[in-house]
Amino acid sequence: MPNYILYAIPKILIMVGFLFNVGGILTWVDRRQSAMIQDRVGPNRAVIKIGKFELRLWGLLHPAADGVKFFFKEDFMPPKADKLLFSLAPILAMIPVLCLVAVIPFGDTVCPDALIQTVGNVTQLPNIARSGLCTFDPRTGLQPIDLQIVSLDIGLLFVFAMAGQGIVSAAISGWSSDNKFSLMGALRASSQMVSYEVTLGLSVVGALMIYGTLRLGDMVRWQSEHAWGIFVQPVAFFIFFAALVAESKRIPFDLPEAESELVSGYFTEYSGMKFGMFYFAEYMEIVTSSMLVVTVFLGGWGLPFVHRDGITIAFGEGMLAQLPLPHLVVTVFGVLAFFIKTLTLCWIQTFVRWSLPRFRYDQLMGLCWKVLLPVSLANIFVTGVVWLLLDMAPPFVGNMLQLVGDATQGFVAVLVTFLVGSAVFGLFRSRTKDPRIIGASAELVRSAGKSPQSPMQA
Amino acid sequence: MQTLGHTFPKKRTESVSAVPVSRPVKTFATQSYLPEIVKGVGVSMKHFFTNIRDMIRDERPDPVINRFDVGITTIAYPEQRRLYPERFRGVHRLTQRADESVRCVACMCCSTACPAQCIYIEAGEYASGDSRRGYEKYPVKFVIDELRCIFCGYCVEACPCDAIRMDTGMHAVPYDSREQFIYSKDMLLSFTAGDGKQESENTRHEPGDATHPGVDRLHHH
Repeated sequence: MPNYILYAIPKILIMVGFLFNVGGILTWVDRRQSAMIQDRVGPNRAVIKIGKFELRLWGLLHPAADGVKFFFKEDFMPPKADKLLFSLAPILAMIPVLCLVAVIPFGDTVCPDALIQTVGNVTQLPNIARSGLCTFDPRTGLQPIDLQIVSLDIGLLFVFAMAGQGIVSAAISGWSSDNKFSLMGALRASSQMVSYEVTLGLSVVGALMIYGTLRLGDMVRWQSEHAWGIFVQPVAFFIFFAALVAESKRIPFDLPEAESELVSGYFTEYSGMKFGMFYFAEYMEIVTSSMLVVTVFLGGWGLPFVHRDGITIAFGEGMLAQLPLPHLVVTVFGVLAFFIKTLTLCWIQTFVRWSLPRFRYDQLMGLCWKVLLPVSLANIFVTGVVWLLLDMAPPFVGNMLQLVGDATQGFVAVLVTFLVGSAVFGLFRSRTKDPRIIGASAELVRSAGKSPQSPMQA
Repeated sequence: MQTLGHTFPKKRTESVSAVPVSRPVKTFATQSYLPEIVKGVGVSMKHFFTNIRDMIRDERPDPVINRFDVGITTIAYPEQRRLYPERFRGVHRLTQRADESVRCVACMCCSTACPAQCIYIEAGEYASGDSRRGYEKYPVKFVIDELRCIFCGYCVEACPCDAIRMDTGMHAVPYDSREQFIYSKDMLLSFTAGDGKQESENTRHEPGDATHPGVDRLHHH
């Protein structure tokens, strides 16, 4: 068996495992988080009872219970539905999402012979050079491993090609269901996705011009050497993010499955695990789109000031601090950074849902064709002009830009530290209580101390 | 117009007073949708992080006292129950005498007072030889239709013997069928007060007791 296939299997397991697990957990997050936002308790009743011991896990067992329920529900098919297409559509919804993660890098290239070295009796974790791209070592026979299932030259194009396939499943499921609501949902879904696909593609062109590559791994490398894409192309980031949310058909862009109008859009007629596949594909789409945004705009596996040789805090030429780290530690940091960034972005995509109202359909289309598309075209133009001007500029401008880029890295580091710090600080802040006693029932409870408590409150 | 038999009223000449409605000003900020998104997300996040903190610290605002505060004030019924006032009217019970017989004397006061007509009593005489025979009757049947009952408490007010009470603290429970709502005498007798007692606070003075205040066969005043 060739080595690259051998290496690919654990990488596939990591990526697909992450995708499935986070997709499942996101269904719980969506429900429990909405409860937290709306001052409700939310799902917390799924329980595993072993004698007196109860495993409740804040309702985390609900996704498992949902999965079991999906399998045991009646698999209904409308009598006049197109049987082949009806069954094919949920499969087609899952496949592109799973294919998409193949090209997304979740860590820097690993040099296997530099991970752990044993010299005599001493085992040590060696460092490698900052620019050190390891090569094939004939002594050990180990090749450098890209932490990416396949390293395609057309990386980003492959992503767009796969993301575009989502339309097929939506259109097929709506058409084959023999239901007008489904058909209208499919119509809306396909026109919305086709429209936003254009914006999605054009918004990253500016970023591609700057990165000079379609390989996602090289994009991340550029970002960790210079500045994150969100600072280089802020407009593109917002358009790309909005278009991605629209692509995954979530609020405020969830017109294709608008409950108040179309029951649940193109998968109205689906039940059981077929519905489950649509439902699950939607949540996995959140994960993959978050991975994509992290890779293209948020520095991928990169952390501020962390390079292949360790932490180097430097602004332009001025070096402030340097801490060499072993290759193994840097790699683990990178992988963790990628997954934590992805989870954060998934969380942002889920909580945005509970604050925003749904667009009207003409507003949705107007936003795409009249606002986002012209802005993304303008972004391409401006980026091109600035890029040309910078090419002709004297070298001190380049040094200035490098300084600004390093400053953005510092900004990210400070901002993240501040946010995490304030979250931890807020945990210890006691809640402010309204001291007033309003109403006879409140007076009764006050005289008794407090309301009766129960253990069922996780 | 005339064929319809009526004319339209004359045009009103008096001036109509109205308050001009202020229209929202459309600025670039409101049109661009972004500041409002930030505001809305801010409100959501305030609730979210408050409740997450409560969940981690395992403390919630009191669902009754702090019910207007930010936070989850859900009462997890039936595991957790609202504190009821002392005089909460629950499902009825029939109180017992010291010898565990029914205290009711089948005087029909409750069923007469009942506005929902949900109490059915069939009176019967005590067996001959029983010391109570001739003084009072007892209910052969005492049936309450809890589906008709409106929990007004008039039966308790009307009862001269403190035989029917609503101090069980129990709710009217939903059942599957109407028959299950018909509470029989034995069932009503088996219910206890909130503190577990089956008697009443007021002591019963049986005929023949030294404390019996009234006239009976042995004591003439």
